[in-house]
Amino acid sequence: MIGILASVIDGILIGAVYGLAAMGLTLIWGVMNVINLAHGAIVVIGMFVLYTVANMLGLHPYGAVPLMIVFGFVVGIALYWIGVHRMIGRPELMSLLSTFALNMVLIGLGTAWWTTSPYNVQVSMPGVSWRGYTFTGTHITAAALAVVIAGLLYLLLYHTRIGKAVRAVATNREAAELCGIPTTQVLAMAFGLGVALAGVSGTLIATMFPFTVLSGEAYQLKSFVVTVLGGLGNPAGALMGGIALGLIEGLATPFMPLSWIPIVEFGLFVFCLIAFPRGIFSFTKA
Amino acid sequence: MWRRPFPWFIVAAALLYALYPYFADDVGLRESLLLAAVYIILASNLNLMIGYAGYVNFGNIVFFGLGGYVCLYLVTALQWNVIPAALVAGVAVSALALLFGLGILRLRGAFFALATIGVNQAIQQLVVNFEPWGGATGIYLSLDSYGSLGGPMQALWTTYLLIVAVTAASLLASYAIRNSKFGLGLLAIGQNEDAASVLGVPTPLYKAMVYSASAFLPAVAGGLYFFKSGIIEPTSAFNLQTSIEAIVMVMLGGSGTILGPALGAFLYEELRGFLLTAQSFSQFQLVIAGALLLLIVQFVPGGLLGWLHQHWPKTRRWLE
Amino acid sequence: MKKTLYLLAASMLFAASPAFAQETITIGFTASQTGALNNDSTAQMRGIELWRDDVNAKGGIKVGGKSYTVKLVSYDDESQNTRVQQLYTRLITQDKAQFLISPYSSGLVATAAIISEQYGKVMITTGGALEKTYQLGNKNLFQLYTGSSQYLAGALQALKEKNPTPHVAFVYEDDPFSKAVVAAVRETAKKQGDVIAADESYAGSTTDFSPVINKMIAAKADALLGGGHYADGATLARQLHEQKAGVKWITLLVAPDSPKFAELGDAAVGISVPSQWEPEAAYKPDFGPTVAQFTKEFTDKYKIGPAYHAAGGYAAGLILQHAMEKAGSIEPAKVAAELNAMDVTTFFGRTKFSNDPKSHGLQIAHDMVLAQWQKKDGKLVKEVIWPKAAKTADPLY
Repeated sequence: MIGILASVIDGILIGAVYGLAAMGLTLIWGVMNVINLAHGAIVVIGMFVLYTVANMLGLHPYGAVPLMIVFGFVVGIALYWIGVHRMIGRPELMSLLSTFALNMVLIGLGTAWWTTSPYNVQVSMPGVSWRGYTFTGTHITAAALAVVIAGLLYLLLYHTRIGKAVRAVATNREAAELCGIPTTQVLAMAFGLGVALAGVSGTLIATMFPFTVLSGEAYQLKSFVVTVLGGLGNPAGALMGGIALGLIEGLATPFMPLSWIPIVEFGLFVFCLIAFPRGIFSFTKA
Repeated sequence: MWRRPFPWFIVAAALLYALYPYFADDVGLRESLLLAAVYIILASNLNLMIGYAGYVNFGNIVFFGLGGYVCLYLVTALQWNVIPAALVAGVAVSALALLFGLGILRLRGAFFALATIGVNQAIQQLVVNFEPWGGATGIYLSLDSYGSLGGPMQALWTTYLLIVAVTAASLLASYAIRNSKFGLGLLAIGQNEDAASVLGVPTPLYKAMVYSASAFLPAVAGGLYFFKSGIIEPTSAFNLQTSIEAIVMVMLGGSGTILGPALGAFLYEELRGFLLTAQSFSQFQLVIAGALLLLIVQFVPGGLLGWLHQHWPKTRRWLE
Repeated sequence: MKKTLYLLAASMLFAASPAFAQETITIGFTASQTGALNNDSTAQMRGIELWRDDVNAKGGIKVGGKSYTVKLVSYDDESQNTRVQQLYTRLITQDKAQFLISPYSSGLVATAAIISEQYGKVMITTGGALEKTYQLGNKNLFQLYTGSSQYLAGALQALKEKNPTPHVAFVYEDDPFSKAVVAAVRETAKKQGDVIAADESYAGSTTDFSPVINKMIAAKADALLGGGHYADGATLARQLHEQKAGVKWITLLVAPDSPKFAELGDAAVGISVPSQWEPEAAYKPDFGPTVAQFTKEFTDKYKIGPAYHAAGGYAAGLILQHAMEKAGSIEPAKVAAELNAMDVTTFFGRTKFSNDPKSHGLQIAHDMVLAQWQKKDGKLVKEVIWPKAAKTADPLY
């Protein structure tokens, strides 16, 4: 029983980080109807930013978090202008392919620079032990930071003018343009925001686990699952969806061989797509 | 269909493709042509979904992988000859595709694309856990399996010729569908599904048929390819990257045309093969491919053939 | 006129000197210079390259009165099966490699073996312990490593000495090699009636072991046998330590043998590894360098000590060389015949290949040892703890 509880708690901790990753994806999707297939590559960028900051520059690992948010935002805006701008309004396939092309370029550059070998950043944080089970400090810190960042996003979207502009463009672009909002710039910023979120989730993941240039793909797939669970365009739903996924993984682990868990995840994914296209948590859309 | 010159052109090209390395006894050439042929099969069958019906099948590799597994299982566990095994694999996978299609073809656009990824990943994981198919280890062919085709060296040549035959079949099928009522219906669905439905095109049926049809030849090719490789395991059989490269090939050559995907596949594979072994460039293969795709999608969405058709309208007639 | 005559004479002299010209023999292989297997595969490659340098420094392989310079052609297989297939095909058809050495890791070896057998080339396999590869009816494979079924036998015996009633957890990578190793020791454990607390396989790309570690804690496991290759093994070891899993005996495959494992610090103490070879081994070689010579040469050249992967790489080249020299020919059939008949001891240990067609090429004479990381004077060192005859220190429990 305790074992199950420990597994669930661990699942929720990791789930918060999954949720953070998915928030970036769902924000972009909701605002400009673009599925960012470079999402995985951006998570990887976040991971390597941590490596650069902690291992190569010798700074405190968690200092990479605010750095990544800013860096991610800038990179996101750049990516928007390079690959996404011309795709807005075109058939979905085009933006899928365009962002996928960006993904290939980023991963290719990453492979050329870092190769596909594993990297690790040692981050030591005191853990919490309870009845023989230990919850590592890095997991707890990552989950806490994920929730904090999500909270900051909420403040941004609902208590600032920029946030209002983003929500306006997401609701109806033409109307927003008519209201005098510079929609193109807002779209670029929204993309930058989404990329920043994805990137910082990568940084947090890298404080917990080793990674390679190819690790992003797995997190991208998980982000899809979470986004579908939480409802497209719904950042709060994404966080809940992430925690839900972590919960499901945590609940399932004590009862089945580990290698079955991805089947459960992807089965759930396809099922949700067919049965709940608007997401399970859509009723909590703020 | 056989009264027009184009199908004969395909047959002639296929014969040349197949027999040239055979008579030149050039094994190196055969190997690279074989890989290109496999990609042409994947791309042109994918084109049926993307180019005709307008549905992006991101997980198209699942047909190839499953076909490989069914065929290799029949060959190793039940001692079948590879040719009937590959054909049965094709039928089995198309039937399965029909089943899956009924579920996921209700989804539109991006949702459908994501669902196909989900299907590929789920099936990959199921195979990893399925011991009769070797689980994560996969199936290894023992060398006597090649005995039925006259020993390994002969078997390699025979499978090459068979794969080229499947390539020709893919292109001919593309052509036949294009010029049929079925094809017209698909193109209508690709343009505007709701309008097509209102006008009397049986959309759910046609979508399911094309999804199933686009699974058959890749599954057969998968069976032949993995037989030649002598080994199949889940990571390489259901590799999402290959799946997406197939999409790049279709876009590169020109989706919706017949020669487009073939041309795109051939060019992409040759470029890839070159970059793979040119030591200084091997890491840039992905960057170049990505940059290419980015340029095409933004500036030349019709691909190579689309560009040719635009600038030299006369080519539309004979370069489909 | 005289000038042209001299020139003509000189050119004829050079043209006539093929008797003195060095011929080359091309040996091909791939190494995982990038990807998850890069750590140990690079070590193996370095072993092979060291052998080539040694051989060429002495004038090459001496076969039937001629000297052949060894030319190595290698590519990066990126730890992937598909690359191995394409690259070995290329090595054979385009680079015209006359002999092959396998890639590192059983999965890649199996893939390369299919290609080498299709084209009838002799391949020395090193870095691959999986026995199944040799049961598929091959004619030209020769395995250097001890087979996977032997890997954890010693570890289980050593464990039982310290704790006759352990709660054993099998946590291993879901790949052919690790699965085969655990299958063998699981059977032994079952026959002996040992309690199996947990039995989980994980995907090689796994980086989050907390679910399986929690499962182990829940099952009160006090011994762990398993692992896979370097990347996952090192991560598992680290997380076991971080989560204070309370496991008293940990034997992991492959990973702890690499010198890089010492980077884990305290997490590495007490972890044991089944090893194909250790620098403390006491073999007396029939030919080639001694253990001490090899260790010193390798350390001097590469600035880190050799683990068994590097030794295996060197031994592969050495055995192939010996077979050619004894056969007096570089014809594959004659070399294969010589390898079939071989029963020698090198610095790597005893080498003899099975001739039974159902398991051709399987290594049947090589022994394994169990090594463990212990703290000596504050530093981490690897000691041999099993079998008793070869040990340099007592096991830590």
